[in-house]
Amino acid sequence: MNIYADNAATTKMSKAAIEAMLPYFDQIYGNPSSLHSTGQYAAEALFMARKIIAEILGCDAREITFTSGGSEADNQAIVSAASIGAKKGKKHIISSAIEHHAVLHTLEKLKKQGFEITLLDAHENGIVRPEELAAAIRPDTALVTIMYANNEIGSIQPIAELGKICREKGVIFHTDAVQAVGHVKINVVEDNIDMLSLSAHKFHGPKGIGVLYAKKGIPLTNLIEGGAQERGKRAGTENLPAIMGMAAALKEAVSDIDENTAKLIPLRDRLIEGLLQIPHTVLNGDPKLRLPGNANVCFEGIEGESLLLLLDSKGICASSGSACTSDSLDPSHVLLAIGRPHEVAHGSLRLSLSEENTIEEIDYMIEAIKEVVAYLRNMSPVWRDLQEGKRSYVIQ
Amino acid sequence: MLYSEKVMDHFTNPRNVGVIENADGVGEVGNAKCGDIMKIYLKIENDIIADVKFETFGCGSAIASSSMATEMIKGKPLSEALTLTNKAVAEALDGLPAHKLHCSVLAEEAVKAAVKDYYDKNGIEYDHAIFPDCASCGHCETGECH
Repeated sequence: MNIYADNAATTKMSKAAIEAMLPYFDQIYGNPSSLHSTGQYAAEALFMARKIIAEILGCDAREITFTSGGSEADNQAIVSAASIGAKKGKKHIISSAIEHHAVLHTLEKLKKQGFEITLLDAHENGIVRPEELAAAIRPDTALVTIMYANNEIGSIQPIAELGKICREKGVIFHTDAVQAVGHVKINVVEDNIDMLSLSAHKFHGPKGIGVLYAKKGIPLTNLIEGGAQERGKRAGTENLPAIMGMAAALKEAVSDIDENTAKLIPLRDRLIEGLLQIPHTVLNGDPKLRLPGNANVCFEGIEGESLLLLLDSKGICASSGSACTSDSLDPSHVLLAIGRPHEVAHGSLRLSLSEENTIEEIDYMIEAIKEVVAYLRNMSPVWRDLQEGKRSYVIQ
Repeated sequence: MLYSEKVMDHFTNPRNVGVIENADGVGEVGNAKCGDIMKIYLKIENDIIADVKFETFGCGSAIASSSMATEMIKGKPLSEALTLTNKAVAEALDGLPAHKLHCSVLAEEAVKAAVKDYYDKNGIEYDHAIFPDCASCGHCETGECH
């Protein structure tokens, strides 16, 4: 049995995406910047892909910039908005405590350059409160950047509402929508979004390709200098096979979104319900306002890396916010931000489903996880102390 | 693969897991905040480690390090157990990734803490220099794990 439940890390490519890419390796392989017809066929394909993606997002094709992925798009969005702000003497940026490191580390860099950063609380359910955003905006606020949906705990932010507040106050609003695009319905006009980042490999497209949407009138700052590709805002010959694969994957994900959501939510809720039967287990993130495929829990008394290794030996691919799964000694900043103490955050498990998972797989995972948690608790001195009353349970 | 076959073997089939009731020496090191705690129980007969058990809260390499350390000291005189180094534990496991070396340090410390507990309980004189205080490890500085 091999069950892939780590779709928030990356997804398997869809057949449609693979097929869409193939002609662009050895048939339509020209450089879109070349004047000859081989190049111009490639330029036409590039134009079509841009148009497809723009239509899906609800914007103009000229507002789409292809990047190497979500991290680059986040970096470029933030640096661009900061540069626009700085020119007007605005050096304050608002974000949230649960953003991806592509956002947080870029903000850290700007802080060293004299920007002031406010990180909004995401509260226990992992959701930012619009009234707290409204209160945090100042006359010198250059940018608000809040992720659409969280990569670890799956919580979905009230993006349209947050965007509306920013629009009323005349502040640029960026959203890192890497986990949301292709999984929840997004329209940049209806959602009041000025800038948006997405990454193809999170919706069954290829790795190494993404998009930065920037509303007309928001000039981008180059991260990569060179040729005049992407209206001079992102140099380098376009990765046409990947762009074609991304457009095909996005088209398919969006056209199947209702069907996939209807399938995934019951699977997700069955999984969460099964995991919560394990004593002293808590759900991370909001029970309803969460990505259709995301389940994330903390088990008290055990550590996440050993849990992942044992699940892997049972054929289950999952993820954890434990420090031991990274090079750092601190557990996930997201779990800490929603109030989980260190010792509990170390025992987290994220299962992120795709529409390919089955109900049989869900039931197998629940049983396997129950077994592994009991096994690890049985050898855990922390669990013994909890049971003997020498230590108090954090999770009731 | 992140870990050697030896680490995976000791992680998936750990030796000497459990508790010794009325143990002669018990050593607990680490901090739940930092994600690892190791507890070692010793049964001592005539200065020999007649039995040893462990409990560990931690990652795969922490569990494997505890298992290996207990194997290395079982049946050995206390004086020999005290010479166990983290390096020896890591080597016996065919190496640990750099950021996991502190797990082998914990194993060494847990063994030493258990022996010290035995000495203290029985009023046995010993050289304090062989038991470094917790602060020297730096793993859990001020309990913040930074």
